[in-house]
Amino acid sequence: MTVPSPGPPSPVPVLALGDILLVTLPGELHDATAEQLQQDITERIARSGATGVVIDISGVDIVDSYLGRVLAEIARTAALLAARTVLAGMRPAVAITLVELGLTLTGLTTALDVDRAMRLLSDPVVERPEAVDRTEGSP
Amino acid sequence: MRVSEHDAAHEAAAQRVTDFLRRRREQIAQRWADAPLFRTVFTVSRDEAVEACKAVVDALAEVAADGRLEDISAPGFAAVRDQLGRTAASRARTGSSPAQIADEVAGLRAPVTELLRGEFADPSAPEAHEAVLTLAVLMGTLRLVVMETALDAGEELIERQRLQLMEVATPVIQLWDGIVAVPLIGTLDSARSQVVMESLLEAIVDQRAEYAILDITGVPTVDSLVAQHLMKTVAAARLMGAECIVSGIRPAIAQTIVHLGIDLGSVVTRAGLADALAYALGRQGIVVPGRPAAGASRS
Repeated sequence: MTVPSPGPPSPVPVLALGDILLVTLPGELHDATAEQLQQDITERIARSGATGVVIDISGVDIVDSYLGRVLAEIARTAALLAARTVLAGMRPAVAITLVELGLTLTGLTTALDVDRAMRLLSDPVVERPEAVDRTEGSP
Repeated sequence: MRVSEHDAAHEAAAQRVTDFLRRRREQIAQRWADAPLFRTVFTVSRDEAVEACKAVVDALAEVAADGRLEDISAPGFAAVRDQLGRTAASRARTGSSPAQIADEVAGLRAPVTELLRGEFADPSAPEAHEAVLTLAVLMGTLRLVVMETALDAGEELIERQRLQLMEVATPVIQLWDGIVAVPLIGTLDSARSQVVMESLLEAIVDQRAEYAILDITGVPTVDSLVAQHLMKTVAAARLMGAECIVSGIRPAIAQTIVHLGIDLGSVVTRAGLADALAYALGRQGIVVPGRPAAGASRS
């Protein structure tokens, strides 16, 4: 009989799908695990030369300011290594809480689900409106 | 000593009034049934009015027996509170003002006082005087109870209508595959903007919408608070992975926004709902042929 170990929680797996790394966050994420994840992703991008990171947070009920900061930092470090980060599947309740907290995660690209996030990353033409909007007046 | 004598006199009077109310229940009810308050509400049968009056008499007798003459929350009133509320509400529906209803309740006092006076051989005796006074206090309390119940009913109605209005006023419409719109009508306060945000985010998930249009054509004024609510909704939708477009910005509102120095820089805005839809379709790669008038003026 194996007893569940009370030691440090197991790390979050990082899957590679072609040039894209896929991370599905568990419902409860310990601060230590989040930090470990940040390192794992950075190392994987550097090693494999991935061009995109999809973070699936559809199973996450609560995003606090710490996790919000970790996510923003992952996106910034990934950007330094020339990879784009997309946050996928945020729940309405989480979005409302984040907005009420004033954490709008402005540097991050978001998508409705993993499928759209993958499409967003695989299609180099699709850019987020911030960049497009200014030039949009000319047809 | 004097105080206890005084109290004893009070108690005796309350007891006398209780006895009187219980004994003459039938006569009081018969007289009240002809009063405008009951006659106009129970139009179907007089017996029904008499029954309603008896219930009120019983309640008054119980309150008097408890000695809680001036207590509008006395348990004796619990049984008739509902009925009184309905009676007052139906009077209010036929156009009576609260003051008129209060007067009608006050009108119930005269017939019962008359009956009480008839009980005494000498109507000017101190006991008679005390009993009439006690009854007057009791009837005053009844009047307060009716008014309180009526006001409560009114407040409940207002609250229910406010909730209904809130739900009715924020429908989320699917305009196209992946495009939803919320036409906002009326003042946007924090409670409403919360409802708008919630229903919009739910719709984004349900319909897998990538574009959400907030149409503020029906919003009379935009101040910094309304703008803040809009920005919050836009930010929440963005976090979900949908892009928000604010449309229906009338020239006057555009000027107000600029004058107030509100920064909507990060939000895509369009003049009309049609323009916003065209933008969203264009972003999805669907080419919309320009409207002839617009195209002519542009080229």
